[in-house]
Parts: sequence; C-alpha cells; structure tokens
Amino acid sequence: MIRTVVRDVWRAVAYLVSGVLVGCPLLVVFLVLGTLGLALAPVLVGLPLLAVAVLSGIPVGALERRRLALTRTPAPPDPHATPAEPGLAAWARLRLAERATWRELAYTGLFGFVLWPLDALVLFGALGMPGALIGAPVRLATTGSAGGDARIAKLWLIDSYGQALWCTALGVVLLLALLWPLVQYARARAALARLLLAPSEAEAQRRLAEVTRSRARLVAAFEAERRRIERDLHDGAQQRLVSLSMTLGLARLDAPPELADRLATAHREADEVLGELRELIQGIHPQVLADYGLPDALADAADRSAVPVEVDVELPRFTESVESAAYFAVREALANIGRHSGADRAWISGRYAGGRLRMEVRDDGTGGADPARGTGLTGLADRLAVLDGRLSVHSPAGGPTVLSLEIPCPQR
Amino acid sequence: MPAALKIVLAEDSVLLREGLVGVLTRFGHEVVAAVGEAESLKAAVASYAPDLVVTDVRMPPGLTDEGLRAALELRAANPSLPVLVLSQYVQRAYAAELLDTGDGTGVGYLLKDRIGQVEQFAEAVERVAAGGTVVDPEVVRQLLRRRRDPLAALTPREREVLGLVAEGKSNGAIARAMVVSEAAVGKHIGNILGKLDLPPAGDTHRRVLAVLTYLRA
Repeated sequence: MIRTVVRDVWRAVAYLVSGVLVGCPLLVVFLVLGTLGLALAPVLVGLPLLAVAVLSGIPVGALERRRLALTRTPAPPDPHATPAEPGLAAWARLRLAERATWRELAYTGLFGFVLWPLDALVLFGALGMPGALIGAPVRLATTGSAGGDARIAKLWLIDSYGQALWCTALGVVLLLALLWPLVQYARARAALARLLLAPSEAEAQRRLAEVTRSRARLVAAFEAERRRIERDLHDGAQQRLVSLSMTLGLARLDAPPELADRLATAHREADEVLGELRELIQGIHPQVLADYGLPDALADAADRSAVPVEVDVELPRFTESVESAAYFAVREALANIGRHSGADRAWISGRYAGGRLRMEVRDDGTGGADPARGTGLTGLADRLAVLDGRLSVHSPAGGPTVLSLEIPCPQR
Repeated sequence: MPAALKIVLAEDSVLLREGLVGVLTRFGHEVVAAVGEAESLKAAVASYAPDLVVTDVRMPPGLTDEGLRAALELRAANPSLPVLVLSQYVQRAYAAELLDTGDGTGVGYLLKDRIGQVEQFAEAVERVAAGGTVVDPEVVRQLLRRRRDPLAALTPREREVLGLVAEGKSNGAIARAMVVSEAAVGKHIGNILGKLDLPPAGDTHRRVLAVLTYLRA
C-alpha cells in the first residue's frame, strides 16, 4: 500500500518534472517558428516555416505519448495512418488531412503556453513550499546573518531553533497533505494528454483493419509469386529441356554407334535434370491443387510420401489461400513424419463443418516433436494465423504425433 | 512399320509443338493439324476426323487443365476416339479421369519427359491409336508405393504385372520384361482379375478395369 503510494508519487513527480523540461524549450521553438513564419509570410519564405510549426505537433505528440508511460499506463499507439505513396509531399498531404495532426497541434499549443507552467507551479506549490519549511533549521544555521534570523519562503521571519522546528513539523504535515493532490493533478494532466494524443476509437479500428488487410495482402502476394515462379519454370526451362531431350532422342536414332553412346549419356542427364525440375516445380505449387482442390492434391502428396499414408478427406473447394495453407501444412507434416518420426504409417483426415475446415495428420511414430524447435511448423502456424486459423501439435514422447489445424472459411 | 496415323496435335509451346511434329513425322505419321489452344483443338478434330489426338494438359486461355477438359469432352462425344494426353505432372487424378471416359480403351496419359525417349513414345502413340491403354510409368511407380486395399490382396509379383498392364503392355511384352513365360503372365493376370473381383468378360475390358482399380486405390 505505502509502496504503491510512494511509487505513484515518484511517477507523478517524474512526469511533471520532465514536462517542464520538455515544455520550456518547446515554447521557445514554437514562438520563434511562429513569429518568423508570420513575419516572413509576405515574402513566402515564411510559409514553409508556418507549415513546420503546424506539423510540429507530430513529433511533440510522439514524445508526449512516450512520456505517458511514466504514469502507470502504457503509451498509446500512434494515431496516424501510413501514407499510401512514398515521398514527403504525400506524407504532408496525409498528415494535414488527419484530425490527429490537428489534435496534436492543439495539444502542443496548450502544452507550450499553459500546461508546463502549470506543471511547474504545482511542483513548486506541492514540493517547494513544504521543502522550504522543512529546511528551516538548515536555513537558520547557514544564513549566519547578524541577528541570527531567516525569512522562510519569503513569508515568515524566524530567529530561534524552536520556531525552526515548528516550521519543519508544519512543512512535513503540509507535504503529506499536498502529495495526494499532486498525484491527482498528474493523473488529470496525463488523462488530458491521452485524450488529445491517443487514437480515437475510429482511428484505432481503422488501423487494425489496415494491419489485417496488409497482412492478408502480403500472403496473397507471396502466393502469387509462388505461382509466377512455377509458371516461369513451367513455360520456360521445362519446355526447353523437353525439347532438348526430344532433339537428343531423334539424334540418337540416326547417329553412328560410337556417337550414339555419348548422345545416350547426354540424353540420360537431360532426363534426370527434367525429373528434378519436375519435382521442384511440384514443390513450389502443385497444379493439381488449383485444378482439383485439396482431396486430390493431398492424395498426390500421400503418393509421394516415404511413409505409407491413408487419406480420408471429404472437402469442398475453398479460396486459393485457404487451400494452399492447408496443403502446405499437411505436406510439411508428412515431410516431418518421413524425416523424424520413425513411423510406419500415417493418416490424413479432413472435414468441413460449421464453417470450419478441420484437418488432422496422425502417425504411429515415436513422438517428441517440438513445434517450438522447428522453423517449418512456426512458419505454417504464421500462415494459418493470417487466415485466423490455428495449428496445434500434440506429440508426447513415445508418440503418437497428431498435428491438427483449423481454419474458419466459407466454401468457394 | 505400322500404318501412318492422321494425328491432331495440341500444344501451346511452339518449341514443343514443332518438336512433336518432327518426332511424329519421323515415325511416319501425318500431323494434320497442330494447334495451340483447346477451342482450336475441338475445331480441328471436327474437321479432320483424326486417328489420334495428342494434347497437352495445361493450355491457354486459363493455363490450367483446359487441354485435359477438351480431351474429356472429345471422348464424351466420341468414346472411340483415341486420345493421348501429355502432362508435365505426375497426377493420378488426371489419369483416372481420362480412363473413366468411354470404356477406358484408346487413352494414354504420359509425362512430357517421355517424349524424349522417341522410340518408346512412338510405340505409346501407336498403342493408344490401336485402342490400347497407356499410363505413365512414373504414375505407376508412385502408385506401387501405396499399400492399400483393394490391392493389398495382390502379391508383389502380381502388383508388378498389374503395373506393366497399366503401362499398356501386352502379355508377350510383360513376359519379356519379367523374363518369364507368357503362360506365367497369363496366370498372374488371371489371379489379379480374380482377386480384384472382376468377372470374366471381354478380356481387354477387364484389363482396363483392373488398371482403373489400381489407379483409384
């Protein structure tokens, strides 16, 4: 209890003192900018200065939001939106159109002209006066004037240690009495700052929507890039290799025996590269997923698995991002089973009910998989999180391992 | 050399289209039309009445499975039209869908990688045109790794035979490939058909059904 009160007092004092330290120079800068700007406005040089004065609320607001952390509350987030285009002009246009900018300017003016002097006054009243009273004996001892008297707080004249001790006692009482109003003032002061500097409800909502959208955009861009790479390889390198293999095949038919042997070697190598490229393209983006959807793509993934897999999946079509997130999650799970689990069999099941896609990959291996250790699973969990989906891995030592995922999504 | 075939070819990559025309011509066939997208393929088949259609799976305009869709449509309209589909992917789903058309004869699903093995490719072309069934060895190989009903009843030897049947080989060819007598192959196939519960009927048809069972397993 006492500790909390002491901490509150310290925080209040720190907040107000730093307010004075920031506010005083701020007033000077603000006045200089404003005066110069107005004076030079007729020759146009002043206009940028005025614009800077108007926008000066933005850095002040940022600093003041951070300073709010000195009170017992977290600093509010930035109320400003991110400009859609790069460049100073776009930035300035956006800022001037935002309400938050003008609220910050209002706060800056209030801060420079009213709030920090008030802070100083309150500090002086609540700490300076009692401090002077408490310090009376010291003052009496150190003034050393002829009559042995001292004027305390420019009000009372004292000339004996008895009187000085009374002053001290009075000071202590006064200090204790004033601490509570001091803390209250600091709180009110912080609340005012928060009111002007924190994002409004609408701004906070908009910001959240913006973040969600940009997250989804990133994933979509990533997905599109995957498909582009797949298409480039498919339409470029793969076709040319097939063509090369064809040319070599025809050449072998007509070549004399000694040359045919060497052509055969070249042909074999071309075919191996072709096989590797085919697997690579399949790994980047399986065409069957786009054409037939999850059940066939998963059956195909099961065909490729080193461990025999049973597939029991009955699903409709979903949007591309959902299908691809689920597909890659299952494939990563199958790859892990093949590499680490020591399993003999695995099972994939998938159902869609109540607007949720649920999938499970189970094996009969030794367990002990730790999702925190594998970066693969973390990446997949992130991809599902974008879709508001969840990934969980249950893998006790001794097994079995069960990976399950759930994505809320509409049917396509 | 078997009779020259009238072939309609659909492949969107110019490079491959020219190459394929070259290979098919080299083996004495006539490419009556070489087109680059699915609609022209259907038009070409209508006007040339070819002995065989060779088509890529992925074609414009959507660059997904337009070629396969066109092939399925052509087969639906004329189940006896032999169709060989070339794919860049090993996909059971494509092959199974293709084999489901007509009675599953006169169709082939081959990886493009196989075109380079020109003699085997030419053989596959002729086999499909003659009403045979060809499934790419890579698809077959992947399926062999799966151990699941109804194929669980088959011995490894029988599965091997079924794999070769799926590739479209005759009993004689299978016997040569496995270095056994043709009678032994016949016996294996009899066992396979029995275990897959395919009652005796026209022999070719049962072989196709066996391959289909195998593809769907």
